[in-house]
Amino acid sequence: MGGLERMSAEIEEKAVSAKRADGSSVRLLSSASVRSIADGIGVCLRDVEMAALSSGILPERYIRNFDSLGVDDQKRLLGATVAVVGLGGLGGCVCELLARVGIGHLILIDGDRFEDSNLNRQLLSTMDAIGKAKTQVAAERVGVVNPAVEVILRNGYLSAATAAGWLAGASVVVDCLDTLKDRFLLEKAAKALEVPMVSAALAGGFGQLMTIFPEDEGLSLVYGPADAAPEKGAEVHLGTLGFTAALMASLECAEVIKILTGKGEVVRNRLLVMDLWNSRMDMLPLQSEVRRQK
Amino acid sequence: MMARSIELRLFASLQRFLPKEPYSITPPARIRDVVEQLGIPVQEAKLIFVDGRRGDLDTVLNGGERVGIFPPVGGG
Repeated sequence: MGGLERMSAEIEEKAVSAKRADGSSVRLLSSASVRSIADGIGVCLRDVEMAALSSGILPERYIRNFDSLGVDDQKRLLGATVAVVGLGGLGGCVCELLARVGIGHLILIDGDRFEDSNLNRQLLSTMDAIGKAKTQVAAERVGVVNPAVEVILRNGYLSAATAAGWLAGASVVVDCLDTLKDRFLLEKAAKALEVPMVSAALAGGFGQLMTIFPEDEGLSLVYGPADAAPEKGAEVHLGTLGFTAALMASLECAEVIKILTGKGEVVRNRLLVMDLWNSRMDMLPLQSEVRRQK
Repeated sequence: MMARSIELRLFASLQRFLPKEPYSITPPARIRDVVEQLGIPVQEAKLIFVDGRRGDLDTVLNGGERVGIFPPVGGG
């Protein structure tokens, strides 16, 4: 029996049928079974999870996704590559949530190391992590949260020279950066690679989010032309709060999942704004009336 | 022309410029006049919305409008 056939046979053998609340049943494969099959055959965990999904068997770790994200959605996520650019307040949380939901490949980009000022909001920053490279800590975290996820680390800052190579293979790019100049640089690279970019930013208790497809006007609708945009924004006056960062990171992940599965409606040519101090949220149309009628 | 009130919403770092009292204009007034009168640095009035539609510094107000002004925001 070949490796693939053996894997399929073992998956079938170890799958357990579970009754659902609505009376239907679903076949599940525990994370321990995924591990033992992968080790026995000498393949990676993701290969086993993918083979299980292809047979309609759900890795049990995704069971709480199941009613919202079915087997086909889960397969799409596991086969996808998402680039998380910046591993700070937004990126650390995005990284955690994307690993948990089951994105198969994460390209993680940051050239920074953790320091005290990160501890108020950056999920990956801990006392032990101070001084360590953010990419290394992120890889360790993904490894203990969902070891089926393949991480590709880029321990450096994105530049016009590195962007295309570092982002290659990504089907979505998540902007978790903290300067406007870098955000524009990332947008240019994402457009050149013809992949959508999800972008969020925050200052104090205020956050904003939009998703930019390659043909969309994008960041300049919010910040004006790239060459006239300031380096930093309101965060200089207001700092960056953990609850705002986590909220905006969650919204970014929702956009990523919607793009990859085709479900729902993404925030395109609009800006979703969250004002946490005044408990207000709004969806702002970014294009002028004239442009929208075209 | 009589002074007429507008509903002013200033976001993020611009909230510090929000007047304590209801804000009135003498129509016709431009957003630029409001921004200057409140002491908001013009480059910080990045995104402007009037009654839920995109406006700019030259949008004319006649009173009664809901005006939202946002600064550039870039933190992560």
